[in-house]
This record gives sequence, C-alpha cells and structure tokens, in this order.
Amino acid sequence: MLEIFGTQINLDPIWLTLEVAAMTTVVLLVLGTPLAWWMSQMRSSNKVLLEALVALPLVLPPTVLGFYMLIIFNPNGMVTEFLQLFGFEGQLTFSKAGLVIGSVFYSLPFAVQPLMHAFESIPSRLLDAAATMRASFLDRFFTIVMPLSQRGFLVAATLTFAHTVGEFGVVLMMGGNIPGQTRMVSIDIFDHVESMEYDQAHILSAMMLIFSLAVLMLVYGLNRRFGVKVG
Amino acid sequence: MTQPKIEGNLQLDLGGFALNSGDFSIPLQGVTVLFGRSGSGKSTLLRAISGLDKRTRGHLTVDEQIWQNGHKTLPTQHRDIGFVFQDAALFPHLTVRQNLEYGIKRLPKTSRPADFDELVQRVGIAELLDREVTYLSGGERQRVAIARALLTRPKLLCMDEPLSALDWRAKAELLVLIEEVIEQTNLPVLYITHAPAEVERLADRVLFMKAGQVERMETLQQALARPDSPLFDEQGAVSVLLGQPKEQADGLQKVQVGEQSLWVSQYLVVNKPEVRVRILARDVSIGLADPQNLSIINHLQVEISELIPQDEHRMLVRLRLADGQHLFAEITQNSAKRLNLQAGLLVFALIKTAAMTE
Repeated sequence: MLEIFGTQINLDPIWLTLEVAAMTTVVLLVLGTPLAWWMSQMRSSNKVLLEALVALPLVLPPTVLGFYMLIIFNPNGMVTEFLQLFGFEGQLTFSKAGLVIGSVFYSLPFAVQPLMHAFESIPSRLLDAAATMRASFLDRFFTIVMPLSQRGFLVAATLTFAHTVGEFGVVLMMGGNIPGQTRMVSIDIFDHVESMEYDQAHILSAMMLIFSLAVLMLVYGLNRRFGVKVG
Repeated sequence: MTQPKIEGNLQLDLGGFALNSGDFSIPLQGVTVLFGRSGSGKSTLLRAISGLDKRTRGHLTVDEQIWQNGHKTLPTQHRDIGFVFQDAALFPHLTVRQNLEYGIKRLPKTSRPADFDELVQRVGIAELLDREVTYLSGGERQRVAIARALLTRPKLLCMDEPLSALDWRAKAELLVLIEEVIEQTNLPVLYITHAPAEVERLADRVLFMKAGQVERMETLQQALARPDSPLFDEQGAVSVLLGQPKEQADGLQKVQVGEQSLWVSQYLVVNKPEVRVRILARDVSIGLADPQNLSIINHLQVEISELIPQDEHRMLVRLRLADGQHLFAEITQNSAKRLNLQAGLLVFALIKTAAMTE
C-alpha cells in the first residue's frame, strides 16, 4: 500500500503489470525475432497470409482473442493435457502464465512488425558480402543483422512492453481478475470506477497516461535519432 | 596436371528472368570478363557461381571441388571466394579497419593472413582505417572493398561492375589499382562489366552472355578480331596491340611492337613489362608509301589481310603487323577502290591517335 495525496493505492496490480509486461517482452523478442526474420525473407504469396495473421490482434476485439485462448488453453484442453504428459502441474488460464500467454499473442504485431521492417531494410548485399568472408548464417545474423536492426529491436521491445501494460480485454478473459494474482492495473482501474472509488482511479489513470506518453515519446525520439543515422 | 577450371551448367529462375547458362568451362587463371548487355544474366551467373542465391540448380565444379550438384550446394562461406560488389557493400556499422578485419577473423586456421599493412598501403587506404565507412567517397569505398576481399585469401576473385558507380577519374585510378592487384596476387578473376574499355584493359578472355545464356568464350584477341565484335561500341572497331614500354619523351611514351615502335600519349607512369595500346579503327588511315612531312608520327608497315565492306560506304581493313598482331583500319570504300587495296598488299598504317588503355 502506498499513500498518494491521502489516498491508499494497492501496489500489487502495478508490480504484477510490470512483471507480466517484462516477461511478455522477453518471450516475444525471443520468439518474434526468428518469425520476423523468416517473414522478412519470404518471397511467396504466403507472406500476405502470415502478415495478416500477425496483425490480427490489432483489429480483433480483445475479448474474441481472449475467448479463443480460453478455449485452447483451458485446463481440460489439448495444450494443457499435452503439457501434463511432461509433468506440468497447474493451469494456463486464470494464472500469471495465462496473463503472459494472452499478452504474447495480443502484443505479437508490436514485436514482429518493427523487427520485420528493420530486417527488410538491411541490404541483402551486406549479408552476401559477409558470406563471402566465411561468415555462417548465425554469424551473419549476430554480427550484421542485429547491430543494423538495433532501432527495430528497441522499438519492438518498448512497444511490446507498453502495449502489454495497457491491455485490458485479453487479460480479463485469460486472467480472470483475481485480486493479488491476476489483477493488473487496467482492470484495477475498472474495479475502482465500478466501486465509485474515483480517487484511486484518478491516480492510477494519471500514472498510466504519463507512462504511455513517455514511452511513445521515447519510441518517436528513437525513430528520429536513429532514422537519420542508420537509414 | 590439367589446368584448373570452373566447369558447370547452372540454372537460376528468378521469376521474371531465368539463367540457363549452358555448359561452360573457364580456366582458373587470369582475368575472365563476363560481358553482355544489361539483363543478359552476367550478374546472375556470377551470383550462381558464388552460391549467393539458394535457388540455383545445375552443377558446378571448381578446381575439381563440387560447388553445386542439383539441389545440393556448397554454402558461399565454404567456397573461398572474394567478392567486390558494385556498390562496395561495406558494413555501415563498422569502421574501415573493422570491415577489413571481418574477413581476417574468419580465416580458416590453415591459411596464412595476408600482410595487412602492406596491402593497406598498396590499395591506398592506410589513412582511412579509423574512418566511418559512411563518410568515404565512392572510390575510397571500392578500395576498401577490394582490400577486404583480398584479405579473405580467396582462391577466386569475383568483381561485379566494381567501377560502374564511379566518376571517370576514380575509374581510371581504380583500373590501375585493379590491374596491379591482379598482376601481383596472380588470382583468377571473374570480372563483370559492360564497358568495352575495361574489357580491353583487363581481359585475358571474354565470356559473352546473352538472354541468360553463355554465348561463347574467346580470348580478348579473338573477340577483337571479329569485325562485328560486341566489344565495339558507337566508336566502331577497336584494336588492342601488345607492346613493351620503352623510353618517354615530350609527354609521349614509346611502345615497342615487334620490330616497330609506336609513340602513344602518356597518361600514367608505367612499370610493367607489357602494356596494351588501344587504337580505334577510324583513327587509322592507309598509305601505299610511307609519307614524310606529316603530323602523324606513327607509321607502321603492315600487310592487308582482309577487306570487310560495311554499310554507309565504309570499308573495314584488317591489317597484319610483322609480329602477327592485327590492326583494324576504317576507310571509305571509295578510298579502297582508288588505292586498289587488296589482300596481301604491303601498306603503311598511319595512326592518328593511340593510347595506352586507360
């Protein structure tokens, strides 16, 4: 509990939100990088389908996404049962794991799109040149692609983190709003408003507003600074 | 021992364009220029030979090592090639020195690194080592690219139009450098250009490409001996004479061609045992006797070996020098008739302008 302007603020949702956002960002950078690379190198028309699939969370109501994920990841569903074969206990929905899984899908475009565009903007001749200097694929990826896509990685990480902090529908569906366990800030604000606790809602909302503005300024600032240098 | 060769037959379908090279066999020695119009498939063939496009099919053996066999392909990083790209393809996030070191760091344990300082001096980039590559001029970038390719200790050097993006002065300087480098390293080179002047200067042989196919391969002399050679541009037929550079005087350079000598305009200091002299057919006139009191200083005694009528009342005359080299002269059909020129006739070739190839 923290007291701001004489109002008690429960910090649990804030810590949980930051934790889920951080985990989501790490997972998405690890999984999104190969996906984005693969898509950036695709020439076939399958690319259109894949791009559309990745962008789906941008247009789909979060409740729809959350609903399908509840179906897929429910405790009696295939995914959970499959994991239980390997000794997995617990459940993927209404838990922190559920929050992260939901966030990963929901924030997918925010990681993959900046990475894909960064990869696409690297002239292929540079990778050809590195290959003629005996650099293997992974070698080329770490020594040429990654340094030249720094900005893409920064933008992807920042947007993923911020977008996860700001989500509502998916975490409500997948997490279930259990106080102290899966209640994130956005849901907390909703609860406060529902209970007419406008003071808490005001403070949390202002914090979210300032955080989001700061993140967006950071992203656009990066775009401006590195856009000139790398471009 | 047989002469090492690049042998193969490669296909590469790029959608809008298809390479279907047909069988080719290129000696792994000297400079082979891939020549053809844009869109003829020169670059595609070179990329296929380098393994830079995964869609390549067919077969390719280089010095008895299999580089391509159907779908199976030896990755580029195992092919021991150096590649100089048209736009240099330097790594923008690394300094000049780091660009050069990229290849050195990845040298196989068994190969000895080249003498870094000596090479950097020779290529003329010693002053640039700590610069960002973004701030280099076009010529400087290509110098770095050439040094970078040589430092990987390649067995084959591929150059894809390395001069086409440069202004004429940088072009001339880099041509000298490329020539020196090729001579000193003695590397086999595959060189792409569509500039006949570069072919005449560098080529030992020319591989002509057309519509995605290898049309034919000829020595430079054979390629220039054809009256309809694709190497002739709007300036018409060209001859290249080989000679030994002798003394210089009054801005002219003496070049010994067989028993006779030529004075050519001198652009650069030469320190090579053999130079190439480029002569446009339209700069060569024919005299039945050796005229005196003429501003033209180069008079060579030659034998007419062939008269080849051209359109627009022109006549291309193939002349044979005493040492067997040949020279084209372009005159009017009227003059040929008036002088009663015939094959076998001994005449004097009057050469208005001759230049060492630049």
